[in-house]
Amino acid sequence: MNNQDSVIELRIQSNLEYTDLVENITNNLTALAGCDSDQAYFIEMAVREIVVNAIRHGNQLDLDKVVRVHYRFNSERFEVGILDQGGGFDFDHLPDPCDPENLMKSSGRGIFLVRSFMDDFSLARLPNQGTEVKFAKKLSRPQGC
Amino acid sequence: MSMTATTRKVEGVSIVDLSGRITIGEGTVVLKEAVRSLLNKREMNILLNLGDVSYIDSSGIGELVSSFTTAGKQGGKLKLLNLTKKVHDLLSITKLLTVFEVFDDEAKAIRSF
Repeated sequence: MNNQDSVIELRIQSNLEYTDLVENITNNLTALAGCDSDQAYFIEMAVREIVVNAIRHGNQLDLDKVVRVHYRFNSERFEVGILDQGGGFDFDHLPDPCDPENLMKSSGRGIFLVRSFMDDFSLARLPNQGTEVKFAKKLSRPQGC
Repeated sequence: MSMTATTRKVEGVSIVDLSGRITIGEGTVVLKEAVRSLLNKREMNILLNLGDVSYIDSSGIGELVSSFTTAGKQGGKLKLLNLTKKVHDLLSITKLLTVFEVFDDEAKAIRSF
């Protein structure tokens, strides 16, 4: 893998059956980027969590709406942007799933996990489009490689 | 990879050997049905063996919590056995290791009920 950025973009219908497909493509791309097994696992998990959120909560499973998954990577960094076409949500006040009052809830951990395992994470409301979640993982290399 | 759940009973404890991925959809449904089925039969001591669970997502974690809560509300106990490092890390970062009783040794887990 040279240091030139590789860019891939997917557009999928808002159907949860496509999450495995996105996951398989993500695994192929992390292999191409030279990610180690832990990096690949965390990126796969993050993509899966955010794509599921985009389909379920963003686009409300509306098959007429799409989710766009944008990958950009080189040998040092793997970035992903995921854009839905939903009405957005109040991401400044997301409940903390580790708070004792939320600990026994059966949902609300996806974004928390992605934030925890990625090096960069951001959420933005894009006017007339939807919610865009962007995250990135640094790809550390052993010295001498 | 699909998810399977096989139940065996040892010394009054129902051990559910889970294999595959506990993710939104089939994986969480298999887990939910396995636990509900035991509770419906009044099998109240449940040990989930996660040794062959390769992957769990936030929905899977949610189903573990939901199963734990459902068992508790019916007077049952649900404990976890053989967490892989990644599943252990997920439960640790979400503070759920403070909720679940977790074991690495099956015999010790059985004695704890």
